[in-house]
Amino acid sequence: MPENPPLLSRVADSVYWMARYIERAENVARYIGVNLNLQLDLPMEPNQQWQPLIDTSGDTEEFKKRFGEATQATVIEFLTYDLANTNSIASCLRFARENARSVREAISSEMWTQVNSMYLDMQMQRRVPDPRQLHEILRSIRLGCHLFQGITDATMSHGEAWHFARLGRKLERADKTSRILDVKYFILLPSTRVVGTPYDDIHWAAVLKSVSGFSMYRKKHGRLVPSEIVDFLLMDREFPRSIRFCVHSADESLHAITGSPVGTFMYPSEQVMGLLRAELDFTPVERILAGGLHEYLDSLQEKMNTVDSCILNDFATPVAQSQVAGAHAD
Amino acid sequence: MRFDAYQTQGFRDEMFDDAGVVRPEARLLLDTIESLEEGQLLQCQRAAERLLLQMGITFNVYGDSAGAERIFPFDLIPRIVRAEEWEWIERGLKQRIHALNEFIHDIYHDQKILKDKIIPEEVVFSATFYRPQCAGINPPRRIWCHITGTDLVRHADGNIYVLEDNLRVPSGVSYVLENRDLMKRTFPQVFEGLRVRPVDDYPSNLLEMLESIAPPGTADKPTVVLLTPGMYNSAYFEHSFLAQQMGIQLVEGRDLAVQDDTVWMRTTKGLRKVDVIYRRIDDDFMDPLAFREDSLLGVPGLLDAYRAGKVALANAPGNGVADDKVVYAYVPDMIRYYMGEDAILYNVPTFLCWRDKDRQHVLENLDKLVVKAANEAGGYGMLVGPHSTVEEQKEFAARINANPRNYIAQPTLALSRVPTVIDDHFEGRHVDLRPYILYGKDIKVLPGGLTRVALRRGSLVVNSSQGGGSKDTWVLAAAVGEGSNA
Repeated sequence: MPENPPLLSRVADSVYWMARYIERAENVARYIGVNLNLQLDLPMEPNQQWQPLIDTSGDTEEFKKRFGEATQATVIEFLTYDLANTNSIASCLRFARENARSVREAISSEMWTQVNSMYLDMQMQRRVPDPRQLHEILRSIRLGCHLFQGITDATMSHGEAWHFARLGRKLERADKTSRILDVKYFILLPSTRVVGTPYDDIHWAAVLKSVSGFSMYRKKHGRLVPSEIVDFLLMDREFPRSIRFCVHSADESLHAITGSPVGTFMYPSEQVMGLLRAELDFTPVERILAGGLHEYLDSLQEKMNTVDSCILNDFATPVAQSQVAGAHAD
Repeated sequence: MRFDAYQTQGFRDEMFDDAGVVRPEARLLLDTIESLEEGQLLQCQRAAERLLLQMGITFNVYGDSAGAERIFPFDLIPRIVRAEEWEWIERGLKQRIHALNEFIHDIYHDQKILKDKIIPEEVVFSATFYRPQCAGINPPRRIWCHITGTDLVRHADGNIYVLEDNLRVPSGVSYVLENRDLMKRTFPQVFEGLRVRPVDDYPSNLLEMLESIAPPGTADKPTVVLLTPGMYNSAYFEHSFLAQQMGIQLVEGRDLAVQDDTVWMRTTKGLRKVDVIYRRIDDDFMDPLAFREDSLLGVPGLLDAYRAGKVALANAPGNGVADDKVVYAYVPDMIRYYMGEDAILYNVPTFLCWRDKDRQHVLENLDKLVVKAANEAGGYGMLVGPHSTVEEQKEFAARINANPRNYIAQPTLALSRVPTVIDDHFEGRHVDLRPYILYGKDIKVLPGGLTRVALRRGSLVVNSSQGGGSKDTWVLAAAVGEGSNA
């Protein structure tokens, strides 16, 4: 059998980011949608629900500087259409498409057509104040991203480039789940301690829906119990958006790329990913809650960032080339 | 939509004869189009344009903000070429490419053609794309022009003329393949009953050619890459398309490095050796050590690796010497000199302004002639006499006098026309034809090529940067009885 041709570092980098940006767009679209729903259920100031969304995205400072107060209108503008916000849906689709365009020969033409269509649709979108229409737009973005992922899995050979895409997708997903959990838990915990009103359930349901996890959680745990929700989103072995699940599949892809067996390492990225995986495998949720969930999630995000930069260092940065090259050049 | 009101307006038309009667080879096409329901053709046309955008078949416009992309307009009415006419064009192109290749090799080696005074040496040495750096280089198989995109036009006299040879980095072949694909997807009924020669095997032929020029001693399956200036280049779509169709890697200068005269690409598993580079980057920008040192797009040391025979380049650097429009005028002489044959395809009669007599004639007839800078392409640096103002003519007269070597003039050709969908009816628009020729183990001509069409009324400029579009080109397969149509 002919050997697979080697993957250009630049292509690996672009495929990784293409997948990350699609995943990011999907997540942003989902949690704006959940928030729009949530607002209909909660008897409070209409704008009170929107600040946490900005916090989730990690762009609180930038938002404040440019928009001031978080209202439905400003948050939707910032997260959906604003091209100056590099994490808005419009920006994510643009970057995903730019990356895809720079590696068109490495991905399938169906993938390219899908990401290009989403980008063109978004470009043609006009701001819609009507929440019903906005729902439809967000839904089509989410479906478009799912479709892209499905097309990727069904039309692209599951070789090295595909594993880089999967790596990007899973790390992005783990990151987003951790952020949603962090922000929501931080806000919700005090109120759940005070009293179990019906609104607690609504809130916790919203957290789960933000990661499409509501019905899967129900199946497994039944009642909405905060500690069990944390356990589900952090550690569940089967739910595809739990952090542990994401890290496991990212780790598999990383080892598929390097060729070294899972549980061993040749590259720094494999080492830090392995440590992260072990931590998620063996830490009981009670200990995490006792030590403070926010602190734990903070350190988790830091570790995921380290994984990300190690991957880029190991495979995508020309500087590292000479070292790796030494082993292969002769 | 019907052709009843269509007028050839005294122009040579590819679909109708001078009496306005449809040509036999286009009869079936005309019947099919006229039998369509009202509005169906326009629907197909719009569907095609939508598809182009969705598939991202776009080109970037220089001078526009980075990343601005446009579709290259596509017209549904194809240009049809009869089998026996094509057979003649193909023979002519093969002959021409063979002679041009001999010429380029000769120029960078013994220069016999100069010593024998067939072509004045000052013409060759003053050509902008003559590269003294390439002297003595022996490219694999002695081939210098691997991929050529010759521009052909049909004049009012019915003859086909070669307008330009385009030896350096010809583009547009991806549109040939995509146009055909688009036609089949949006307008399949028109193919029924016609034997249109397929074009789909171009990528395979291109890859086979590229593999065939791998340096001696290369492994069984050479590593072939396509070198692009990057995604902001106007032809980036084509670069990625061809790389994808051939299943080879699309690389940028920064992906490559030269060590010990060997070219390597940076991969996730370290450096890997590269054997053949289909470079879609001009000589000037290819290697900052050998050519323009301010180029950020190229690969330092690439020309040394090439000279050392460690890597093959297609097209060969330096072959642009024959793209000079003054050198062009001597191609029939080259064919006679190297092959002992008369040229099969006509050259456009060309006045060379460095000759006093020619210049005199040109300056006196600026309102009738087409004046071209010897080294420009893309429709730039050109004066179309009959369409020009006195002001423009004066400006060109000054330019010619300042630098006679750099200007040639040709009679204004009345390019033939093809019916084209304009709004809701057909109008004649001028076309040219760019066939693509591959030179590897042998010379292969893609049946048809890119028919470019000047969409602006009356315009003779078909370039995409100046309001041009394209059409599918149908070369009909020879069939029993078809000869009687001639």
